[in-house]
Amino acid sequence: MLLSPTLDSIIDNRRRRARRRSLVIGVLAVLLVAMFALTLLLGQSFTPPEDVIRVLLGEQVAGASFTVGQLRLPRAVLSILAGLSFGLGGVAFQIMLRNPLASPDIIGISSGASAAAVFAIVVLSLKGPLVSVIAVAAGLGVALLVYALSFRNGVAGMRLILVGIGVSAMLDSFIAYVLSRAPAWTLQEAMRWLTGSVNGAQLSDALPLVLAVVAFGGLLASRARDLDALKLGDDTAAALGVGVVRTRVMVIVAAVGMIASATAVAGPIAFVAFLSGPIAARIMENNGSLLIPSALIGAMLVLAGDYCGQFLLPSRYPVGVVTGALGAPYLIFLIVRANRTANSP
Amino acid sequence: MTAYPMTACSLVANRVSAGYGDTDILRGLDLAVPPGKITAIVGANACGKSTLLRTMSRLISPRQGQVLLDGKSIHRIPSRELARTLGLLPQSPVAPEGITVADLVSRGRHPHQGLFSRWTRKDDEAVAAALVATKTVALAERPVDELSGGQRQRVWIAMALAQQTEILLLDEPTTFLDISHQIEVLDLLTDLNRARGTTVVMVLHDLNLAARYADHLVAMAGGRLHVSGKPEDVLTEQHVREVFGLESRIIVDPTSGRPIMLPIGRHRMVTEQVSTIPPAG
Repeated sequence: MLLSPTLDSIIDNRRRRARRRSLVIGVLAVLLVAMFALTLLLGQSFTPPEDVIRVLLGEQVAGASFTVGQLRLPRAVLSILAGLSFGLGGVAFQIMLRNPLASPDIIGISSGASAAAVFAIVVLSLKGPLVSVIAVAAGLGVALLVYALSFRNGVAGMRLILVGIGVSAMLDSFIAYVLSRAPAWTLQEAMRWLTGSVNGAQLSDALPLVLAVVAFGGLLASRARDLDALKLGDDTAAALGVGVVRTRVMVIVAAVGMIASATAVAGPIAFVAFLSGPIAARIMENNGSLLIPSALIGAMLVLAGDYCGQFLLPSRYPVGVVTGALGAPYLIFLIVRANRTANSP
Repeated sequence: MTAYPMTACSLVANRVSAGYGDTDILRGLDLAVPPGKITAIVGANACGKSTLLRTMSRLISPRQGQVLLDGKSIHRIPSRELARTLGLLPQSPVAPEGITVADLVSRGRHPHQGLFSRWTRKDDEAVAAALVATKTVALAERPVDELSGGQRQRVWIAMALAQQTEILLLDEPTTFLDISHQIEVLDLLTDLNRARGTTVVMVLHDLNLAARYADHLVAMAGGRLHVSGKPEDVLTEQHVREVFGLESRIIVDPTSGRPIMLPIGRHRMVTEQVSTIPPAG
């Protein structure tokens, strides 16, 4: 076959895929904005759009300033930021270890951050950014521990996942223990550390999370192409000029940083990190990097989950209960499928 | 057309010892890869063929000695720069689920792109040329996991071609392929070597195919280079005995004029030998 028609069709196909990618990401972004707008407009009561806009511009509006400015806006902003962080951190791990089960919330990193945050808040009576810092440090520590425990002539994906599940279970029982010793009036707070919630969100909580998303998200974006090459396997990636170990370290730091920061503010919102990547993969159909789509999906999951938990179910549930109910069946499905493929000849 | 590098680089392993964990698999191996030629590496299982390929492409660091590319240690060369000169196709690589042929082949352009540099026409040209050379144009939009073994191997070679390196290392590129696909892959690599002057180094299991397609044949044993040179000098009855512990006869292939090794076992000879297992009953 001749080169020039091939070249033309290669270029055509690439452009078509690029256009499709922009289109899909654009639609996801519009959906997210629409959901954000809806959560500001409609809660227990409806607030007219012009009132919402005036509140956002900083005006005092009777009847709207409190519900929109103090309740709905912080909640929505925090949901989006936490969702972005969980989505990015989760998919980064899944791509790096080439396994959807390798999500930070399955392999104990969220639990590590959560346990440290609970300990810092309940036992050490700490608050604010310091809690985030401790949570990030603990998340990294757990990542290191799981990695070290599963190291035997290199790290095999499945061994790391199993070790992570074990570590995760231990940390969860530690959280339950600390909470059982906590004074009764922290029960509301306690719920957050078991399932994850954006109840009582304040805009001041958003600042550390914004910083984390910018810093760690930037780091992750700078490694996005190398991370994508890791999908081909470590050897092929290395042959393509990717510094495999360096990329891995940077991706782990970035992903754990985001997951832990979000966990420190909103608790371990169940399965968002785990679900975002596979959903994004289904939507994108292998068209380019999954980082941005997963971030958008994560934000939508938290936003929609929280909205469902507040208004669409017979009783009020924290967002983690809703996302947990979504994620658990998928987890079972993956494990069943992994077993089947492992057993089939 | 894209311009291909015509000056061949030299690749030399210098007293290299390397392995996994505490055990050395390569023990002070010396090898000079002839530039612009096809080199085939043969040897018994676990003699260190793959380890040698992995060491020469920097997937493993040698414990002692060094690998030199144009006289410079490959560990001193930045990863991306090295990947523009030296390509490696690992043994049975696995494609990500659902990736299309065109997408996989374009991954070969990775070392040519910077952090923020956009996809250029040169990249498109390299991908198109690689698809044409490997006759995979018609497969471009198909998912790799739906292809047959032979097609899949051609696609992986296309990815390595898109990388446009002067040296290409391949670890058993014909494994799991039937004989016609094996020949197809080896013919393709020969075309590549003739047309672009690419230095090809491959590990092969089949001695006869190695002797037929290699300009330079390397036999390894026990982590060292046992003998190397022209196929007719390397593939001899004595060397086969030393490297594989196998009695054999060498004849000349009437088609290629290259040596062919015929193994001699204990059975199925015109003058049947006595079996060492006592007959039943």
